[in-house]
Amino acid sequence: MKALIALEDGTVFEGRTFAGSGEVNGEIVFNTGMSGYQEVLTDPSYKGQIVTMTYPLIGNYGVNLEDMESHRIHPGAIIVKEYNAIPSNFRSTATLADFLNEYNIPGIEGVDTRALTRLLRVKGSMQGVISTTDLDPDSLVTKAKAIEGLVGRDLVQEVACEKPYGWADNEPVEGDNFSTAGPGKYKVVVLDLGLKFNQARRLAANGCRVQIVPATTPAKQILAMNPDGIFLSNGPGDPAGVEGVVDTIRELLGKKPIFGICLGHQILGLAYGAKTYKLKFGHRGANQPVKDLQTGRVEITSQNHGFCVDPKSLDTKKVEITHVNLSDGSLEGMRHREYPAFSVQHHPEDAPGPHDASYLFGRFAEMMK
Amino acid sequence: MPKRTDIHKILIIGSGPIIISQACEFDYSGTQAVKALKEEGYEVILINSNPATIMTDPEIADRTYIEPITPEMVAKIIEKERPDALLPTLGGQTGLNTAIKVAEMGVLEKYNVEMLAADVDVIHKAESREPFRAAMHKIGLKVPGSVIAHTIEEVREAIDVIGFPIIVRPSFTLGGTGGGVAYNTQELEELCTAGLDLSLNTEIMLEKSLLGWKEYELELMRDKNDNVVVICSIENMDAMGVHTGDSITVAPAQTLSDREYQDMRDASIAIIREIGVETGGSNVQFAVNPENGELMVIEMNPRVSRSSALASKATGFPIAKIAAKLAVGYTLDEIPNDITRETYAAFEPTIDYCVVKIPRWTFEKFPEAEDILTTAMKSVGETMAIGRTFKEAFQKGMRSLEIGITGFGADPKFNLEDLEQTDLENSMRTPNSQRLFQLYEGLRRGMTADDIFQITAIDPWYLNNLQQIVTLEAKIRERGFSGLDRDFLYQAKQYGFSDRQLAHLTGTSAQDIRELRDKTGIRAVYKLVDTCAAEFEAYTPYYYSTYETEDESRPSASRKVMILGGGPNRIGQGIEFDYCCVHAAFALEEIGIESIMVNSNPETVSTDYDTSDRLYFEPLTHEDVLNIIESEKPEGVIVQFGGQTPLNLAVPLAEAGVPILGTSPDSIDRAEDRERFQQFLHKLNLKQPENGTARTPEEALQIANEISYPVVVRPSYVLGGRAMRIVYNDNDLNDYMTSAINVSPEKPILIDKFLKDAVEVDVDAICDGEITVIGGIMEHIEEAGIHSGDSACVLPPHTLSSEMLEIIKEATRAMAIELKVLGLMNIQYAVKDKELYVLEVNPRASRTIPFVCKATGVSLAKLATKVMLGMKLADLGLTTEVEVAHHAVKEAVFPFDRFANVDTLLGPEMKSTGEVMGLSDSVGIAFAKAQIAAGQKIPEKGNVFISVQDRHKPAILPIARELIEMGFKILATGGTAAYLAEQNLSCTKINKISEGRPHIHDKIHDKDIQWIINTSMGTRTTEDSYIIRRAALDFHLPYTTTIAGVQAMTMAIAATQQADLEVKAVQEYFI
Repeated sequence: MKALIALEDGTVFEGRTFAGSGEVNGEIVFNTGMSGYQEVLTDPSYKGQIVTMTYPLIGNYGVNLEDMESHRIHPGAIIVKEYNAIPSNFRSTATLADFLNEYNIPGIEGVDTRALTRLLRVKGSMQGVISTTDLDPDSLVTKAKAIEGLVGRDLVQEVACEKPYGWADNEPVEGDNFSTAGPGKYKVVVLDLGLKFNQARRLAANGCRVQIVPATTPAKQILAMNPDGIFLSNGPGDPAGVEGVVDTIRELLGKKPIFGICLGHQILGLAYGAKTYKLKFGHRGANQPVKDLQTGRVEITSQNHGFCVDPKSLDTKKVEITHVNLSDGSLEGMRHREYPAFSVQHHPEDAPGPHDASYLFGRFAEMMK
Repeated sequence: MPKRTDIHKILIIGSGPIIISQACEFDYSGTQAVKALKEEGYEVILINSNPATIMTDPEIADRTYIEPITPEMVAKIIEKERPDALLPTLGGQTGLNTAIKVAEMGVLEKYNVEMLAADVDVIHKAESREPFRAAMHKIGLKVPGSVIAHTIEEVREAIDVIGFPIIVRPSFTLGGTGGGVAYNTQELEELCTAGLDLSLNTEIMLEKSLLGWKEYELELMRDKNDNVVVICSIENMDAMGVHTGDSITVAPAQTLSDREYQDMRDASIAIIREIGVETGGSNVQFAVNPENGELMVIEMNPRVSRSSALASKATGFPIAKIAAKLAVGYTLDEIPNDITRETYAAFEPTIDYCVVKIPRWTFEKFPEAEDILTTAMKSVGETMAIGRTFKEAFQKGMRSLEIGITGFGADPKFNLEDLEQTDLENSMRTPNSQRLFQLYEGLRRGMTADDIFQITAIDPWYLNNLQQIVTLEAKIRERGFSGLDRDFLYQAKQYGFSDRQLAHLTGTSAQDIRELRDKTGIRAVYKLVDTCAAEFEAYTPYYYSTYETEDESRPSASRKVMILGGGPNRIGQGIEFDYCCVHAAFALEEIGIESIMVNSNPETVSTDYDTSDRLYFEPLTHEDVLNIIESEKPEGVIVQFGGQTPLNLAVPLAEAGVPILGTSPDSIDRAEDRERFQQFLHKLNLKQPENGTARTPEEALQIANEISYPVVVRPSYVLGGRAMRIVYNDNDLNDYMTSAINVSPEKPILIDKFLKDAVEVDVDAICDGEITVIGGIMEHIEEAGIHSGDSACVLPPHTLSSEMLEIIKEATRAMAIELKVLGLMNIQYAVKDKELYVLEVNPRASRTIPFVCKATGVSLAKLATKVMLGMKLADLGLTTEVEVAHHAVKEAVFPFDRFANVDTLLGPEMKSTGEVMGLSDSVGIAFAKAQIAAGQKIPEKGNVFISVQDRHKPAILPIARELIEMGFKILATGGTAAYLAEQNLSCTKINKISEGRPHIHDKIHDKDIQWIINTSMGTRTTEDSYIIRRAALDFHLPYTTTIAGVQAMTMAIAATQQADLEVKAVQEYFI
């Protein structure tokens, strides 16, 4: 089925659906990873966005049960150059098209995704509309221009869990206050801002008993569970738009070891008094070089973020910058000088992406000793 | 941390001649590395015996030794130059092996030379099987069950432990030489005997066969701070069992989910750390069980490789250049990424296209060899294609192969319709060079991807994509020309179909399709290779074509010239032509004109984005080239440097209105068209061997009898003497006519009188239309009748009289002016009985140009480029021939050890893959060096076996006498022995094989013979001499078949007995 993609700057791309139909909108972003489309689609951080994969051949290895990063698909649609309908991989249990159809998420192929990516690089991420029903370019552009941007919006409430749950045998289980959390030395409360499951998997693998709680959980309630550490997950959208969490974190700071990733890291930054800003087109992919300023070593990281902590606004007397992005110098990690709290902008839990930074989970465990 | 300042002078070992498994990729890597080190202010010393390389250009390294790459010669260079460090990881397996031997000789220690990047221990750990296996076990990685054996007894014991099929891999050999798969005891013993012999440490590994598993490669880089990045993943379309050099490979990996890919990445990083490669690039090969993802490590190369060159071209990341910088102490985060400028080398390239590499085989050159692909590499070249989809890249790769096909199917050469189904299935079961044709036929018949997977173990993902091509082909055929509406035509082009395929399917011409495309606005667009999938702006103009909406090419308004490269290496067309193309780009830069390079060979320097101003990695077909011309609008195109491939495009491009630079296509035709050429020679009063042109078998017989046998027959317009043969009677000729007609259907057969015992001479000259300057005159060692590319030659000539040389020069000048040559010209002459005959005139760059340039120090290709752009030789400072006081000898290198059962006898069909050069003030030493560089031994003492034809007996007499004086003993067969005895020469008679044992073959086996002289070539080879030739090959004995060759070798023996082989840099020769 023919589909049009209209951007707020007036550009229109033509493609055709390989899954789903209808009309969806969101911020159009690109991901440069050459594998990992299933993890990308199930990453809650893509809420409110439409993702285009720069690697042109998508669907090659199907989808499977193990590579879910949450219970469902989050971006509004996926745009690719060529969908490969017949997967070949021993783990594959379904095709990508089946998976998208299950959630009625449009998959669009036949698009010059490189042209789209170049456009986003030059002009920055843009709002866009994909439609199979309205094929009038002018009408779609008008719709795209009218879409509310991500800045200032609280998307966490749309993806975070509503009630607490535990983690056992590498999967989510019902339970509160560590009632059903698996074995492990350290009790860790995960504040769910849009958690990717692999963060829970990595925590568990590093000896943590994981209790996931909603983003709105008050600090007192978290402390009442008497955790050894608190983990702030990734999540979608603008950190400045997220209601309440910054106050929760401020209250927790200094009380327990804290480890934050991505949105968790950004909100931790806000709690430190820093500001965040929107990157022109964000970092999304599996090849971002991050330099550890303490060791001088470079790790190749998985990333997915459109916002960033502004290092200029950071009180470096209080907070030390520990990691920077080697490509654009942006802030990738920080550590509180006084309190046991550290965080990174990138995704040390990978999925998809390299495992270079997974040692950070060990560092968190170390901190809880 | 900045670069090291405690070292100043670095020695680099090149990889020597082009052989199967070691081609120009090491020139590409080495040149990059040398330039990078010089850029950092280091003094670079280079040794490489291959004159056709860019790296041996005198201006690339500071001191360049075109000397045999042996530990002894490297030791001499170290003694003379006293480098601080040796970088062993750039010259392929040759460089690595030589470096190890030099280290083991204690030379490095003695002169305090540090081994950079990977020291001896690291290399041993990576390359010796047992330490490698132990290392893998230590880091928890699996390797296939295996046994190391040093004797045949150990091999027999291993059978029960491993079980058939068993893979045999000799340690320390080139490209897996001697390896193979054994299905039974007899095969196993045969393979192991050969393998133990070839292994430098008499060691072979017997390994559980992983036939049918998927094969992957990762290319990594590590710096001294232990930062590791993966540059590229490569997936082999052919399953395990086929050498990766013989596999169709695809980048990036297509059928791994991220989880599996990351596990493989982790494993490769653990390996590079455990092996301990300090800095630089490494390649790790894995096998994956398609049933359950089980991962096994196959091998690791602690150096740049063919795959790293491919990875560099596939991603835009210059692995060798970065490796060189890492070796001198930089870290990845300090080295800027050339392409994006704003990012660093510490990242992992991500690509937004698909890359397909397809090997190029030349089994047609070795009809006795069995066309099967195993773990020993047999391809001589490769082509790479880039597309936005696998289908597009694959079809572009197919038409880049230069085997006369226009894509995957939709081409008359895909003609297996008549094959029985069972035969088809059996043929595709064993990997072979024709398997793509078999796959196509299977898919065309409706075999499913799964059917074919069951037979071939090729992953269904690839088969499904190929099936989509075949399905669309049927649809195009069904809809016909009128059915090619805009959308459908667009889809076909996106599937990679060429205009010629579409014309074939719709019964029209490629021109019709082109016009239809123009009318409907379907044009190729160009995308950048930028290492980052457009995340950053790219500054390096490296393009590929596709059919999409956006065109990123940025044609400039400056003066610009397009250079057409030579495509994949094959026998007859290789690095020599790439050398010329690269020089054309350099020359254009010198005169301020932009160069646009078009080529499809990933191994070359010409496809380094640094070589030209704009690089188009594209098939060299009329359609693809014309598309670029329409976009770029160059002021002219250079077709005379890239060999036959671009030359074949000259006329069609000229007809399409493209300005062809240099000698006019009409002049080229005048030299190539038989009848016009005869008139031309007649006009100049020059002679050629009696000849004629036949269009039918009857005509051929008549002509052959008129000019009398023996005659040389060949199809017109061929490369490298393809299908050229000397025939001695009507029967042979009849046989030939039936087979040769297949070679070149529209072209007639050319018949020449074969000049027996003539001396062949090659001349390269340059002409600006007004004056002609002789670049070099080369006297062949092998007589006329042996393809010039296979013949050793000497510059300047060592036996021709000065009168004859004057006659040659005169004739050359006359022909150049008459043909209005603008640029280069090559002439082959034969001298017989003081008469000069013109064999062939090629008004273009020849295979010998790099050799002549290196021998004389004159950059002929650069000068020719400038001449083609209107400059005059007088203004360029070259008006007279450069006379050299030294001698340069070129020797050819052959791939016979790769092909079992192949006769090593030379003839008019070219068989060599590469060349070496020996340089010395003494012609004997120069010849000796060339022989050593080509892997031959110069006999020092012992027994010389002589068996010559009657007419050669007088000529052999003084030679035999000289050999005895030098301390050799002579063994000879009946006739020769009797003759020598009559002349009072002491010699021992030895049995021919037919005369009973002990015979000559036994003596060879006992290593009791050091040199074999056998001139009994003539009609068809006798069984005897074939067996002797193969034995000579197996035991690495010099085998000489011509009197001139015997004289040259004797001269070399005498020279090496009198003087030590000196080392002298090319820069010293030309001061």
